[in-house]
Amino acid sequence: MTHQKLTRIACACALAAATALAAGGAQAQISGDVIRIGLITDMSGLYSDIDGPAGVEAVRMAVADAGGNINGKKIEVLFADHQNKPDVAASKAREWFDQQGLDLLIGGTNTGASLAMAGVAAEKKKPFIAVGAGGSALTNERCTPYTVHWAYDTVALAKGTGGAVVKAGGKSWFFLTADYAFGAALQNDTANVVKASGGTVVGSVRHPLSASDFSSFLLQAQSSKAQILGLANAGGDTINAIKAANEFGITKKMKLAGLLMFINDVHSIGLKAAQGMYLTDSWYWNQNAETRAWSRKFFDKFKRMPSSLQAADYSVAASYLKAVKAIGSDDGDKVLAQMRKTPVNDIFAKNGTIRPDGRMVHDMYLMQVKTPEQSKEPWDYYNVVETIKGDAAWTTKAESKCELWK
Amino acid sequence: MDDIFGIPVQALLGQLLLGLVNGSFYAMLSLGLAVIFGLLGIVNFAHGALYMIGAYVAWLSLEKFGLNYWLALVLSPLIVGALGVLIERTLLHRLYRLDPLYGLLLTFGLALIAEGVFREQFGVSGQQYAVPELLQGATDLGFMVLPNYRAWVVGASLAVCLGTWFLVEKTRLGSTLRAGTENPALVQAFGINVPVMVTLTYAAGAALAALAGVLAAPVIQITPLMGSNLIIVVFAVVVIGGMGSILGSILTGLMLGVIEGLTKVFYPEASNIVVFVIMAIVLMIRPAGLFGKEK
Repeated sequence: MTHQKLTRIACACALAAATALAAGGAQAQISGDVIRIGLITDMSGLYSDIDGPAGVEAVRMAVADAGGNINGKKIEVLFADHQNKPDVAASKAREWFDQQGLDLLIGGTNTGASLAMAGVAAEKKKPFIAVGAGGSALTNERCTPYTVHWAYDTVALAKGTGGAVVKAGGKSWFFLTADYAFGAALQNDTANVVKASGGTVVGSVRHPLSASDFSSFLLQAQSSKAQILGLANAGGDTINAIKAANEFGITKKMKLAGLLMFINDVHSIGLKAAQGMYLTDSWYWNQNAETRAWSRKFFDKFKRMPSSLQAADYSVAASYLKAVKAIGSDDGDKVLAQMRKTPVNDIFAKNGTIRPDGRMVHDMYLMQVKTPEQSKEPWDYYNVVETIKGDAAWTTKAESKCELWK
Repeated sequence: MDDIFGIPVQALLGQLLLGLVNGSFYAMLSLGLAVIFGLLGIVNFAHGALYMIGAYVAWLSLEKFGLNYWLALVLSPLIVGALGVLIERTLLHRLYRLDPLYGLLLTFGLALIAEGVFREQFGVSGQQYAVPELLQGATDLGFMVLPNYRAWVVGASLAVCLGTWFLVEKTRLGSTLRAGTENPALVQAFGINVPVMVTLTYAAGAALAALAGVLAAPVIQITPLMGSNLIIVVFAVVVIGGMGSILGSILTGLMLGVIEGLTKVFYPEASNIVVFVIMAIVLMIRPAGLFGKEK
């Protein structure tokens, strides 16, 4: 009896192994017979409007536009909330790569979280495409062969807004900086641009992420007597800082420069308070017929226009799926090689190319917020003042510390 | 001009005043928590959510019904107080005989639900609420320019805090309330309806949170997260002041606001942890809190 049982188990095991082997043979091209795209971002915190659930939906829109499958292999979208904690982001990424067979990881907002995920992806030799994170380190001193940085970075913001403000006469700067990787990078990159264009930096103060009150920091900024208050923060922090600056009359003596502002922030502040501000962004929904058409589809789902990050989420997923389709494989190295060969041409970017350091090079836009009178419809907020060409917008080869671009 | 550790005295005065403004928010919120904990023994984690709802009620009543700030100041606490009655009657009152942990878990869950609902409806970028006309503008105090609205916040919250303290500690109603929590059976025997009293106490705590929310609405962006950004600090305030001590939570709230303000000048990076460092120290020296009684 016992012997019989043992035999049966052994047979079952052998059979299972044989099936697995057979399956292994068939799946050489698409691992697990499913193409899995995962997005880890802030789904519920202060950055969840600019990416978040709507960013996941943008990825799904790209999957739907690709037909939901590639050569009969299903495409699956996973998402998770990193709660702005790098350790949560890293452990989720690891779990997905190890247990779920994740093929592409898209990094949402928060540079700290993205730097952590980039490390995990490089270790697993899987593509990691950062969208919402701004820290330029991702393609500079912390570049990896598997990281691609898609939408924007702190260098581009600094060159765009910083350069424009100094050119307009704002020579002395004081920074109000979010106290984590992104804020430090944005301040540092902007300070470099300011100094290079003949301006000075008279001081800075760091505030905790999601600070509830900015008046104290603003008072310090005011006593610095600088002309420009550079806001090296994002989302709710930027909005609250602008609000308090208006309340304390600081805007009468200093000009504010929001170094990272998304359309959601402008919507929330309102044109009356935000009019005239300069900002740099990678994309604006109301640029041309193509962007408008896509944005209206998005609007029907969310009752708000997409941010540049959400458009970039779409672009990342679409470009990735195009590459998988072209080579018929989801092998990380092969897909990335294909993506590096193929220019990005979609609603987000025209003739975008991926550099050896991982930077996706495309045009950036310096914009000015419209006055309430100029705005013709809801979400019609920007005038494009200047198109910053791809070769002028990003870290240059001479500035780069990335080992892969020497 | 004189300097203190390299900071001009005038700048320091300004920071002290701003600390007092933030402290008065801490005081008002921790007061509500202290009242609820002192009289009901419930650790009300939903307090931040009630504060957030208070602000949203003000915003909605302006946007949808055109009701101004002063009406909202009355209306919002009433609505949120009614919500408090609902929460107490349907959920909380089943938990009084259980471990306090259950009350904490329930209210924490409620807070998450409320945050989620508002996030779904309004997003996290937030809404603007204008400063009422009467309080617009700012006064130059010599060492700093203080927006009139902030001065009003300090005055209003101090008045509310002291009023509550007086009501609970110095009036007959207050002594009945306190007696009801000490020995409900005996107070009931005197013909006083203790369950109703407890319900109204929770409602009053909720109304205080809502009032703080309305006061905060013109100062900060109204977002679903505004409560959770603040509530942890407020809990630390209550713990430092001594759980259940009303005067303790008022004084501690103001004091910590000032200390936090000074930290923002001398070592800004530590401004969000200084309260917790103080909490750790106080718990080591006086486990019942600065104003709490050892039981």
